[in-house]
Amino acid sequence: MRFSKAWLVATRDFKVFSKQKNIWYPIIVFPVVISVLFPVVLNFSLSRNGGIPAAVLLELMNSFSLFFIIGAAFIPLSIASYSIVGEKVEKSLEPLLAAPLTDGEILLGKALSALLPTLVAMYAASVVFMFGMDQMSFATLGYYYYPNWTIGTLLLVLLPVAAVLSIMFSIIVSSKVNDVRSATSFGALVFFPFLGIYLASMTHIITLDITTLLIIAGIIFVVDVALFFVSTATFRREEILTKWK
Amino acid sequence: MIDTEGLTKKFGNLIAVDKLTLHVDAGEIFGFLGPNGAGKTTTIRMLCCLISKTSGTATIGGYEIGNKENSLKIRKLIGLVPDNVGLSEHLSAYDNLNFFGKIYDCTEAQRKDSIKRVLEMLGLWEKRHVLAGTYSKGMKQKLAIARALIHDPQILILDEPTANLDPEASKTVRDFILQLKGEKKTIFLNTHNLDEAQRICDRVGIMNTKLRAIGKPQDLEPMASGRKTVIALEQVTDDVVKALKKIALKNLTVEGNTLTFDVFDPDKENWPVVETIVQVGGHVRTVNVVGLDLEDTYLKLVRSSA
Repeated sequence: MRFSKAWLVATRDFKVFSKQKNIWYPIIVFPVVISVLFPVVLNFSLSRNGGIPAAVLLELMNSFSLFFIIGAAFIPLSIASYSIVGEKVEKSLEPLLAAPLTDGEILLGKALSALLPTLVAMYAASVVFMFGMDQMSFATLGYYYYPNWTIGTLLLVLLPVAAVLSIMFSIIVSSKVNDVRSATSFGALVFFPFLGIYLASMTHIITLDITTLLIIAGIIFVVDVALFFVSTATFRREEILTKWK
Repeated sequence: MIDTEGLTKKFGNLIAVDKLTLHVDAGEIFGFLGPNGAGKTTTIRMLCCLISKTSGTATIGGYEIGNKENSLKIRKLIGLVPDNVGLSEHLSAYDNLNFFGKIYDCTEAQRKDSIKRVLEMLGLWEKRHVLAGTYSKGMKQKLAIARALIHDPQILILDEPTANLDPEASKTVRDFILQLKGEKKTIFLNTHNLDEAQRICDRVGIMNTKLRAIGKPQDLEPMASGRKTVIALEQVTDDVVKALKKIALKNLTVEGNTLTFDVFDPDKENWPVVETIVQVGGHVRTVNVVGLDLEDTYLKLVRSSA
């Protein structure tokens, strides 16, 4: 596996994405909503009815931070769907498959082209989010809550494995559908586990501490590995040219 | 340059390519003819190491298909123009070619030279910064050919390169293929355009799951019987008819001043007939061979194998 070749595929895809407005919408809109809207909502809540108790405030901030994981699953879904199904529709995969690249290099390139914009967008948004939240919550808490080890674990461990899960799932879905919209719709199934985590935290079934986050990340990592093998079996030249719809 | 021996591909119970054995010389333009579903594209995909073979062997430039290491080497030797042009429509022509140049390990200087050379040859240089998606069909086809040539491959494999092109664009592509022959490239041309095959191919193979015939276009034409020689005389006299009956012509018919008879090899068989007519005082106006050409041969072979 030559990383340089995978990087070439990824940079070509970045160039293509730069000219596709519809790919930019989720990359921009979702992080902006999380990083700007949530602190504004928090500020609005704090300014009404005499504010929010500190314990509730912390709980709210932790649950808001889970949206970074949902974003990490959402953004690569649209990118990976376009990058594979889009090429399938344009029938531009065959020349790429006929080039001296291994299946793994093409797959890694496609995965990187979906992963890197996601990480950049979500990490940039997290900086704005933490700054905004700290400004809004300081008066109630008396200290700056962010950054802390919990959100560090969430952003640096859970977020990448969640994004990889979404990418692997998209690749598998892409082999079965013929348009980007269907790929995104089917791919949206990947949200359910994360929605489950969010609901479990809101209903106090789980507590979002570092241990819990690491356990969740570990489980998702195992699923990532399993899906990696399924997606590499799906993303094979012969499969693509003869069995993909 | 390309050798196959009993090359076979099955999809489940369906045999797509059945024991294909052929040889293509370096610098040759080989036409691969056959109807839709004849196994032409499947053959190309096996040769380009895009799909696996079921049995048999094939070597490209001395490398045998079927193992991973050789696959990368073979793909470097080949430039493929697939039946769908498969361009990145949101990239310019230049960016499309530059990307593939990088994939094939061309240096920056090589890429610049190569892109300029092929785009100029195909008349696309002035529009190099225009998005490929805005190109006409003919321009896209030319750009796909340019992409296949970006790494200066020894072998060019073209899958229906003039399908869906207008006559002028088809001619440009055909002329370009002939130009490449001058550069000693081996060209494997997958087509069902018989006129095209006849015009530019050194040899053709007629495929319908199995290889039905192989040879030079002019050699294949007589493979199927049914051609006729038509000789127009100033006047068909009894002497002419009597003389011709002595040289056992097949299915000789006389209609007005025209004689018609079956012929297998016109070059060899016609001149003794003309000589006989002249010897008995006949005056020949025209001699024509009608009936089977490559198209007839193709249809006959394909239909007989269906």
